[in-house]
Amino acid sequence: MTLLDKVWELHKVATLPNGQDQLFIALHLVHEVTSPQAFQMIEERGLPVLFPERTFATSDHIVPTDSKARPFSDPLAEEMMAALERNVKKHGIEAFFPGSGYQGIVHVIGPELGLTRPGITIACGDSHTSSHGAFGALGFGVGTTQIRDILATGTMALSKPKVRRIEVTGTLPKGVYAKDIIMTIIARLGVNGGLGYAYEYGGSAIQALGMEERLTICNMSIEGGARVGYVEPDEKTIQYLRGRPFAPKNIDDVAPYWLSFRSDPGTQYDDVVVIDGKTLEPMVSWGINPGQAIPVSGRIPSPQELPPNERDTAEKAYKHMKFFPGEPIEGKKIDVAFIGSCTNGRITDLREAARIVKGRKKAAHVRVYVVPGSEQVDAQARKEGLDTLFRDAGFEWRSPGCSMCLAMNPDRLEGEEICASSSNRNFIGRQGSPKGRTLLMSPAMVAAAAIAGEVVDIRKWEI
Amino acid sequence: MTHPNLKNTSIIESVKGRGIPLAENDVDTDRIIPARYLKFITFEGLGAYAFYDERFDEQGKPKSHPFNDPRYSGASILLAGANFGCGSSREHAPQALYRAGIRAIVAPSFAEIFAGNSTAIGMPTVMVSSLHLDTLITLVTQNPSTEIHIDLKNKTLTTSSGWTCPVDMNEGYRKAFLEGSWDSTAVLLANLELIRKKAAELPSIR
Ligand code: SF4
Repeated sequence: MTLLDKVWELHKVATLPNGQDQLFIALHLVHEVTSPQAFQMIEERGLPVLFPERTFATSDHIVPTDSKARPFSDPLAEEMMAALERNVKKHGIEAFFPGSGYQGIVHVIGPELGLTRPGITIACGDSHTSSHGAFGALGFGVGTTQIRDILATGTMALSKPKVRRIEVTGTLPKGVYAKDIIMTIIARLGVNGGLGYAYEYGGSAIQALGMEERLTICNMSIEGGARVGYVEPDEKTIQYLRGRPFAPKNIDDVAPYWLSFRSDPGTQYDDVVVIDGKTLEPMVSWGINPGQAIPVSGRIPSPQELPPNERDTAEKAYKHMKFFPGEPIEGKKIDVAFIGSCTNGRITDLREAARIVKGRKKAAHVRVYVVPGSEQVDAQARKEGLDTLFRDAGFEWRSPGCSMCLAMNPDRLEGEEICASSSNRNFIGRQGSPKGRTLLMSPAMVAAAAIAGEVVDIRKWEI
Repeated sequence: MTHPNLKNTSIIESVKGRGIPLAENDVDTDRIIPARYLKFITFEGLGAYAFYDERFDEQGKPKSHPFNDPRYSGASILLAGANFGCGSSREHAPQALYRAGIRAIVAPSFAEIFAGNSTAIGMPTVMVSSLHLDTLITLVTQNPSTEIHIDLKNKTLTTSSGWTCPVDMNEGYRKAFLEGSWDSTAVLLANLELIRKKAAELPSIR
């Protein structure tokens, strides 16, 4: 049995008449943007939230990152925030709002509070719920109708995915990060390559990663089309959770149970992909989906080099990005740099970026935002003096939220600006300007680009 | 065991009401509900914005459109053209129509995701031939008070004037309406005892 099989069986309530499984959701995370309509729908039918004790809320998507003073300057943001405050109060749901010390991007705070843990099912109305798989959990991103169902029934209807084992062997070269592993996987297997699959990440290069790096990998599983992504829990998982506010106090008693969520030796996977870690390079996206990415030393592919079904999107990408086939990505000028998001807005990401920024200054023409993923990350970074370090380099230090990952708050691109971004999506318009352009890369690469004013190869730097 | 609040609300064997004609082909979801209204935090007020950009000019003055026509006010069966609901898969599009009072849509064909999203909120999408649609639209335009009866069980459509035609629909969806299983919340809650048992077996989060 795979880890997926075990967690699935454990949480399966019934087989439904349509053949799907009814899966119990052990942890439901709620945020301000996708929940109001779901709450409304259960209220219209007079249904209660069935398991408020398994439901937790935060606000992240629309909160401004300059001032959290209420009311927010954007009336819509204020309306969403007020609706969530009303709903959690009415239904007895614990919430972590700005000022609580625990607010942050939902996929950052789950692990950081010890809510996320091995062997459970987690759902949230955000695609990147796959992040939580880093702890050996199954994290499902869901839509409004499913949020309604989970609120009302604690369960959802799902078809069991197949499992693809992705084995990353060897050790990573210097300057290559978790972000580069997952961007390589998506570039190789395609943005639809994971449809119908769960991705199980393993191998020595994955085992060597810390928990926050594993979160980065699982986070972007969804960008490769996979329903969920996970890593089998190990000692690092237990250590990370030890002492977290919601983690069990008797963690050593629980550890053997948690560690039992592993794929059995000799398990037959539906598919296996092996990637040699030592051949990996820093990755940069050049197009309009996360699969359109190349090693920083590479050139933008020409349509002939691509499979026929990717050529249309490539043509759209050249047009939108104003890039030409054959051009190198290194040296592309940038206007904005963004370090943050649920992919790379955790303390280890900020530390790595800080290591590169230390003693340097940003390029004069570049706007740079550093947005910590949560209030806890913010506090820790300040304690370590990272906020000052970034400010001294001319970077703007903001307060926690999704910010420029999706630009539902005032942080956004203008016109055709190009942004080096540590987030997970480079879709047209994603960063707030219909003509804006996004280059995805690791936080270290973003920091270096902010300093150089253009895309650089971090491996060439003394760090 | 069914949840007390959900008793018998889910089975839909037929839909009755007056028709509202909108005979264009390829009406996409952006036209049904313009993107800027997706931001609303509840579905409640969404009905007022169905087809907004076609019903009102830039100053907000009403244009000529079936949804502005008093003869069709209160109508609940939309008579639409082929490939209705194409474009982006937004759940808001069927919601906007539902909140505008629509309870079933009749068209020669539907975009697949739109039909799925409509089914999920209990709004049947039934297909008739283009020829029958033309006749039906003529009947309704000539006499807007014509009552339409869609019988999902027998797959027929009958008007109060006695005209009738066969209807077709995705068998899976039809079954879902006849059994009440379109309503995923109700289907899941039917296992309430099993859910509670599972919850008790699993470790708590707190
Ligand atoms: S940071 Fe971006 S991807 Fe992550 S939860 Fe926020 S909006 Fe979604």
